Amino acid sequence: MPPWIERQRHLMDYTLAAMARRWGRNLGLVAVYTLLVFVLASVMMFTDAIQREAGQLLEQAPEVVVQRMVAGRHDLISADYMDAIAAIRGARQVRGRLWGYHFDPVTAANYTFMVPAANAPPAGRVHIGAGLARARGAAVGDVLSFRGHDGALFSFDIEGLLRAESEIITADAILLSEEDFRAFFGIRPGLFTDISLQVRNPREVTKVAEKIVERFPDTRPILRSEMQRTYASLFDWRQGLVLTVFAGALLAFAILAWDKAAGLSAEERREIGILKAVGWETTDIIAMKTWEGALVSLTAFLLGVLLAYGHVFGTSAVMFEPVLKGWATLYPRFVLTPHVDLFQLAVLAFLTVVPYTAATVVPNWKTAVTDPDAVMR
Amino acid sequence: MTNRQTHPPPIRRRRPRPSNLAVGVTGGLALALAGTLAAAALSNEEAAARMARNQALVAALELTDLCLFTEARYTRHLTQADLHTPFQDAPFSLDHFPSGSVVPPPPGITRHAPMD
Repeated sequence: MPPWIERQRHLMDYTLAAMARRWGRNLGLVAVYTLLVFVLASVMMFTDAIQREAGQLLEQAPEVVVQRMVAGRHDLISADYMDAIAAIRGARQVRGRLWGYHFDPVTAANYTFMVPAANAPPAGRVHIGAGLARARGAAVGDVLSFRGHDGALFSFDIEGLLRAESEIITADAILLSEEDFRAFFGIRPGLFTDISLQVRNPREVTKVAEKIVERFPDTRPILRSEMQRTYASLFDWRQGLVLTVFAGALLAFAILAWDKAAGLSAEERREIGILKAVGWETTDIIAMKTWEGALVSLTAFLLGVLLAYGHVFGTSAVMFEPVLKGWATLYPRFVLTPHVDLFQLAVLAFLTVVPYTAATVVPNWKTAVTDPDAVMR
Repeated sequence: MTNRQTHPPPIRRRRPRPSNLAVGVTGGLALALAGTLAAAALSNEEAAARMARNQALVAALELTDLCLFTEARYTRHLTQADLHTPFQDAPFSLDHFPSGSVVPPPPGITRHAPMD
């Protein structure tokens, strides 16, 4: 074995023996460090995976959704608007959408009632999302009853359940027929929740949206690209959930690194003094401490990332559920497609391993360059 | 003459070098991580099929949002929210749903002229 490697191995042996003498402190350090990497890596993997999921799913969303605004609020839109929008050059598949919310006092949850464009269930029957079925303990063949807009009781037979794998988009959905929807919410024929449309030439989407606003100033078109951007920014590094978790974790890490960099304990200074007195070079001491920092941070990094992977893709980020759930009683169970961005992983490694190793080496270098006699006093 | 009993020399078990142990542990963890990432990259067939089925559902139902935050309408259908929905109870009322604090407003509605 080359002498350089053998020398490093001996330094490592000594470092590990010294760490074993303070095993409780070092084990605690690795545990805290691992937890920190775990939280940061979990946020990173979760946001990346859900951004990809949202981006891919919303590729199939309506190209433009047109809402009517009254006094700054979303209001029902008349079928007349549909006819005029369909006459705009480039607009096609113009359709009135019917959807709305209903609060269910039984489960204290909000449901989304929707009328599908095609293959809607027959009157008196519904298809429900898997999350809703779980919350109500309902199965195919059961009857669901809700009070409509006028207080009258509406009963629906459950004809089918939406696939559990689609919970991330349909957990709270109730699909029903148009006539049931209108009777339940008291919406008269000719009125819709909003209008969806496709545009023949994708490059003309903005132009068509402009024409719609020009023709109907009380409307607000929402483009598919805006929908995708909304979910991209929802889990952006600088915003929302990520910032909430990231700020706390980063502060904790700063305190940890500062504590390390601020100075050594009397025992550690004495140890360095003795090593210098028995003939160790300053470079040996720095090499030894570099090994200490590198071993602690590398072990914590690898362990933290592995645990985060299991957390995000094995348990569907169960620890973030309370944050995302808020006061809601319905929360989807979803499986995210495993994907790790290697660049982000490298950034995380750089942000955690390097500062800690540097914070370990600097105070030791300062002690190692001073006179051993002065250090030991 | 004394009858001296002879004891066999004690067997000294060689303890593994700490450096070997450390290299073994970190190397093992690195291999486990590399294996996990490789497995994730390779086994995407089932995930792709699931995504295709969900995309078909999004197209059929004309969905615009993920079902992540069901507590308030402006977080359930985030992309459909307008400027006033978080203040639905009264003018100037504060947003009181917890998810409102972790969900930023859609970028599409923040680029607007001053409202007052």
